Amino acid sequence: MARSRFPTDVGLSSRMLFTMFLLGLLYVVFVAVLIVVVKNVVLVVLIALGFLFFQYFFSDRIALFAMRGQVVTPQQAPELHEMVDRLCALADMPKPRVAIAESDIPNAFATGRNPKVAVVCATTGIMRKLSKPELEAVLAHELSHVAHRDVAVMTIASFLGLLAGFVVRMAIYGGMYGGFGGGRDDDDDRSTGAVILLVVLASAIVYGLSFLLTRALSRYRELSADRSGAILIGRPSLLASALTKVSGDMARIPTRDLRAAEPLNAFFFAPALAPGFSLSSLFATHPSLERRLEQLARIEGELGRRA
Amino acid sequence: MKFLDALLGRSKPKQANLDALFALPGAAITLEAGAGLRPTGQAAVCFKPASGQGFATTSSELTELLAMAVKEAGSTLGVEEDKYGYRWVVLGDPDLEDLVTSVHLVNSTLEERGFGPQLLCSVFGFGAADGGERCLLVYLYKRGTFYPFAPRPGERRDNELELRVRATLGSDLPVEPDLTRWFALWGVPVA
Repeated sequence: MARSRFPTDVGLSSRMLFTMFLLGLLYVVFVAVLIVVVKNVVLVVLIALGFLFFQYFFSDRIALFAMRGQVVTPQQAPELHEMVDRLCALADMPKPRVAIAESDIPNAFATGRNPKVAVVCATTGIMRKLSKPELEAVLAHELSHVAHRDVAVMTIASFLGLLAGFVVRMAIYGGMYGGFGGGRDDDDDRSTGAVILLVVLASAIVYGLSFLLTRALSRYRELSADRSGAILIGRPSLLASALTKVSGDMARIPTRDLRAAEPLNAFFFAPALAPGFSLSSLFATHPSLERRLEQLARIEGELGRRA
Repeated sequence: MKFLDALLGRSKPKQANLDALFALPGAAITLEAGAGLRPTGQAAVCFKPASGQGFATTSSELTELLAMAVKEAGSTLGVEEDKYGYRWVVLGDPDLEDLVTSVHLVNSTLEERGFGPQLLCSVFGFGAADGGERCLLVYLYKRGTFYPFAPRPGERRDNELELRVRATLGSDLPVEPDLTRWFALWGVPVA
C-alpha cells in the first residue's frame, strides 16, 4: 500500500472545526432569538436568502468582474494553461478556467462555488514579479482553494453575518420611520420599540461575533490552502519565496489601487491592505506572513525526513 | 469522507495508480492491427521533483537501480528537466514489455518511498511503420487511464488520429473518458 509522507495536520483541522461549530451555534441562537422576538421573519429571511443565492451562484462572475479578469484560451496564454494542466493532472481535479487580470498588484485568486465552474485568475503583476516555479506554487495554492470549495464555504459562513448586518440597518431605518408614524395608541408603540431594540441588539452582537469567526475561519482556510499547495508541488519553499516577494511588494503599492481591491480580499493569495493599515490579527482575513512561512518551513521539514 | 475533507480543507495528495500499465503490451498489438501504429521503443516517466533530503536520496537510489536494470536488459537511459521544472526519465528498449517493466521500476521506487503523488504521467512512443504519423500514449497515474497525444509541428494536435486511436483501443485499455483531461505535452522528450 502506497503511503503519503504527509500526515494530516490534526491541530489545524480541529481548530477549523471548532470555529465552524461556534459559527453554527451562534446562528442557531440568533435565529431562535429572531423567531421569539419578531413574529414575521419570513420577509427578512427571504431577502437574505436572495442575497445568498446571488452570491453563491454568481460569485465567479462577481469576482472576475470586480478584478476585470479576462478568461484566456490556451492559445492566448499557453504557459499559464500548461502549468494549470499539469497541476490538475497531479492533483486529479477537473481543470478550472484560467483568467488574467490587467493589474499591477501582484496577486492571484480563485473563485467559483465548485471545481466545475471555478476560475483561477492571476494578475499581470504577479506574472511579471514571480519566477515560473513560484507562479506555479501560487497556482497550486489557488487550486487548493478550488479543491477545498472555499468560495462556497466562506459564502455560507458569512451569510448569516450579512443577514444580521442587514437586520440592524433595516431596524434602524424602520425605527426612524416608525417615529413619525403616529396614530396608534401608546402601549403598542412602546412594546414595538422594545422589540426593535432587542432585535438590533441581538443582530449587532451576532454581526460582531460572526465577523470575528468568519475571519478566523478564513485564516485557517488560507493555511490549509498553503499546506495542500505546498504538498502538491513538493517544494514548500517555493510558495514561501513567492509569499515573501508578493507581501513585500504589497506594502509599496499606491493606496488607491489597493482600496479598490479590498472587498475581494477573502479570495486573494495575499491580502491587499493599504500601507500603514495595521489591523489586529483578529480582524485579518489572512494569517500573518510569519505564521504562513513557519507552517511552510514545518512542511519542508516533513519532506526532508529520510525515506 | 470527501465532503468532510473539503469542509476541513485537507485534500489529501492523490496516490498514483500503477496497475493499468501492464495492459499496454496487449493493447499495442491491437493498435498495430487497427491503426497501423507501432511502438517506437521509447518511453518516459514524468514526475515533479520534491525538495529535501528524502527525495534526493530516493532519486540517487533510483538512478543506481535504473542503471543496473538498463545494463541487464540492454536498453538506454536518459534524464531531462523540462522548462516547467518536471523531470523526465527517458527509457529506450525495442521490446515494449521490457520498457513497461523499466517504467514500473521507476514508479514503484518512487511510490514505495512515499513520492507517489509526485508522479505526473508516463509516455510511450508509437508511430506509423513508414515513419509518418506519430502518436504518443500518455498514462495518467492519478486517473489510472491512458489517452493518445499526437503532436504536430507548430503546437498542433492531430485530433482525428487521436480519436481513431481511442476507437481502436476500445476496451483493451482504460482510455480517459473526459476529453478535457487529454492535456497537451509539448516538447516531450520521446520519439
